[in-house]
Amino acid sequence: MNWTLILPELVLAMAGLVILAVGVLPKRDTDFATGMAVLGALLLAGVLVVAQPEGEAFLGQYVSNAFTKFMKILVLAGGALGLVLAMDWNRKEGLARFEFAILILFSTVGMMIMVSANDLIALYLGLELLSLSLYVIAAFNRDSARSAEAGLKYFVLGALASGLLLYGSSLVYGFSGSTNFDGIADAIAGSEGAPFGLVIGLVFVLAALAFKISAVPFHMWTPDVYEGAPTPVTAFFATAPKVAAIALLTRVVAGPFAELAVEWQQVLLIASLCSMVLGSLAAIGQRNIKRLMAYSSIGHVGYALIGLAVGSEMGIRGLLLYMAIYLFTNVGAFAVLVAMRRDGRALEGVDDLAGLGRTDPAMALAMTVFMLSMAGIPPLAGFFGKLYVFLAAVQGGYWTLAVVGVLSSAVSAYYYLRVIKVMYFDSGEALDPRPPSLSVVLAGTGLFTVFFFLFPTPFLAAAQAAVAALVG
Amino acid sequence: MNAAGFPLLSLLTFLPLLGAGIIMFVRGEEAVVAANARWTALWTSLITFGLSLILWFQFDKSTADFQFVEQISWMPEFGLGYHMGVDGISVLFVLLSTLLTPICILSSWEAVQSRVREYMISFLVLETMMVGMFASLDVVMFYIFFEGVLIPMFLIIGIWGGTRRVYAAYKLFLYTLLGSLLMLLAMLLLWFEAGTTSVPAILNLQIAPSVQVWLFLAFFASFAVKVPMWPVHTWLPDAHVEAPTAGSVILAGVLLKMGAYGFLRFSIPLLPQATEWFAPLIFALSVIAVVYTSLVALAQEDMKKLIAYSSVAHMGIVTMGIFTLNHQGLSGAIFQMLSHGVVSGALFLCVGVLYDRVHSREIARYGGVAKIMPSYAMVFMLFTMGSVALPGTAGFPGEFLVIVGAWQANPWVAFGGALGMILGAGYMLYLYRRVVFSRISREDLKALLDLSPREYVTFAPLILLTLWMGIYPSSFLSFFEVSVAALVTRHEAAMALPRLAGM
Repeated sequence: MNWTLILPELVLAMAGLVILAVGVLPKRDTDFATGMAVLGALLLAGVLVVAQPEGEAFLGQYVSNAFTKFMKILVLAGGALGLVLAMDWNRKEGLARFEFAILILFSTVGMMIMVSANDLIALYLGLELLSLSLYVIAAFNRDSARSAEAGLKYFVLGALASGLLLYGSSLVYGFSGSTNFDGIADAIAGSEGAPFGLVIGLVFVLAALAFKISAVPFHMWTPDVYEGAPTPVTAFFATAPKVAAIALLTRVVAGPFAELAVEWQQVLLIASLCSMVLGSLAAIGQRNIKRLMAYSSIGHVGYALIGLAVGSEMGIRGLLLYMAIYLFTNVGAFAVLVAMRRDGRALEGVDDLAGLGRTDPAMALAMTVFMLSMAGIPPLAGFFGKLYVFLAAVQGGYWTLAVVGVLSSAVSAYYYLRVIKVMYFDSGEALDPRPPSLSVVLAGTGLFTVFFFLFPTPFLAAAQAAVAALVG
Repeated sequence: MNAAGFPLLSLLTFLPLLGAGIIMFVRGEEAVVAANARWTALWTSLITFGLSLILWFQFDKSTADFQFVEQISWMPEFGLGYHMGVDGISVLFVLLSTLLTPICILSSWEAVQSRVREYMISFLVLETMMVGMFASLDVVMFYIFFEGVLIPMFLIIGIWGGTRRVYAAYKLFLYTLLGSLLMLLAMLLLWFEAGTTSVPAILNLQIAPSVQVWLFLAFFASFAVKVPMWPVHTWLPDAHVEAPTAGSVILAGVLLKMGAYGFLRFSIPLLPQATEWFAPLIFALSVIAVVYTSLVALAQEDMKKLIAYSSVAHMGIVTMGIFTLNHQGLSGAIFQMLSHGVVSGALFLCVGVLYDRVHSREIARYGGVAKIMPSYAMVFMLFTMGSVALPGTAGFPGEFLVIVGAWQANPWVAFGGALGMILGAGYMLYLYRRVVFSRISREDLKALLDLSPREYVTFAPLILLTLWMGIYPSSFLSFFEVSVAALVTRHEAAMALPRLAGM
């Protein structure tokens, strides 16, 4: 039993329990203190992840390698940034409860377990820990009908997805005789052609994971939940859990089911194509910026899935880079959304950004950078994300994916440009001054997005190492 | 390392960005910020232009190789590099970009009063993108600069443009983006085939004719929109009409050249069979562009729109010349690109002079300007003649060479081109007569002031160039003589190969 291997998760979980226990004691608001404590714990976990040894633990249920480290760093960064976005917002909305930070922390633990799971049971445990935390924070603004609706919707559909996952897992177990990823891989390698039941099970598992990453046709919950949930919660939903679910999906298809590539490639191909097309077309008519970002995120999942559908090392490397860039760009864009507040009231309309170019040039510039980056305009980071997945598609000869991908990028540029147009070409009143925490997030993510092209090598090298560990 | 002894091209590319960075951090009252932004932008662009003159004097005209080359590894895992260099085809376009930017900044000195800081930053960023595009020898870098141009241009049109600016800005952005993304796929395939993104290495690829056709179409989607060729030219009149004067100058002067430059840099050397195969189509589109848009120009009521359509017609001559694939045609096309950059840029400035005073671009609003603004009428006359391609002005050598080249390729194409020249004289003189001659149509026009000293300074280099290019074209032709010859030889060799192989 190798306890040191799971140290980051252990530390985080213990910290969560301690903070929870301490948090209930005093009468005063402790949201700031808990928030800081959780941030500290996330940071500590990040350090531990970097220093984590590689190997397997708990009879092969848990694995740690370069790939899981890469993904865990992203997940921890997403969790921490999500919390930073939320703290000031919660206070202004009267939602400053210390449980929020702890829920973020537990969901992060869940995500880390998902990333490292090497067994269907461990996978399910991680996924449920994540999902249960998310259900609660989606409905965190419990006096708001919309927030409660978002939480409920997410819960019902999420439970359905969990059901699909469990059913698929049981089929996989039934036909392969193992819940362990390596065991499943051995069973598939040992059999002549894949057993039909196993393929069905695989499809169920894929469907459940498609739910979590909101790939078409399992995306229906996304716009409603994104719109209803408090804005910083939406920011969190759109980043860390998505990265974790993509990581999980990658590990599942590239690990136990690598031999069945022909089967899952078709599924992912269709999901990727549909997500890109729907994400770009459906966002055009949106007036609510959170719904717009929801469809935008569906589109981005489509582009990321190109890398996986292609099924090559190059493709997975593209996928990893895409998710890393997506995470930071999205956090930045959501920081602007969180800052959208006039006379103390939170705003959600695209038109509420009107005149930002005059009233707050720095934030408007940052938002322009994020929008253009998401549209894939060079030399911003988003362009390189797309470049690598398209390169993988071209290399693998997947011309349909590549051509549909570029066409839908051009379409999606329309609604990203609309945000810029509203900010610069229209006129409107000033927003409330933004809190310093948001300025820091904006500056950090903005600089990352603009200057990614100057120092891509460490990211490429990390992604390369991650892929090598995954496929290796 | 290179003839200048220091990384000249990188300096030219990124110096404007430095200026933009300085302007970004100017603080103070609005009027002070505006003045500082103007002067910083002007000096940055002037220094850039001064440095770029090193290219003019030190460029070795006797070789078709890339010069002033800089190469640094950037993402070695992917074979991506930072690679700059110019040859005879691109060197003058770098100079054109660095020349037009200070002129644009000077021309917007008084015309732009709102958000001056952002305006100047946009223009300097635009200069970086333009120079970078002509100087980059790496397909990914080329693409980055090629696309990057859209960001400042979108803002320039959208913020400082006319009444329908939003529509025009969108149209420009989305048209160009859609085409360019298809080109990106083609570039990715080349990257994958060659294992590197370096242009010289990619140009050595041997590509199967069946693949060439697809690559050609992908490149064509991007370059044809940018040129713009009929029938994908419709974004141009809108963009021109709505853009502020300086935006139009850059658009007509440099941005339109990017598409034609793309044909010269990629399509022709890389895809010889496909080029030959598609040449008749391009000829047809070019002739339609020349004749049709000339007729459309005749009917325009808006001065800027008229000149915009004339640009489409002139660029039709350019594409015609490029695809004749012979020495005269190609030289003429490149010369026409340069002269059009100078002359049409100057014509937009002329319209801007009137617009600044009267705030109308409607032709019917004017009349008898010659009596009120004689110097202006002279200047406008010169550029009108340049646009008409009167011998002795910049327009003539290019169009003449293209017609000569087109005659060798196909006399009917030459006929179409010549017809366009006649129509060109028609619409330009008709414009000139209505605006400058005839009676003074309105009383308020009598109060107009003639050119100010600042405007003289703006026009002076363009006047000089228009005459110089017309009277002694050799000083420009000699720059790309060898490169064009190499391009033609290369194309003929590539076309001869399959025949030698027994096809």
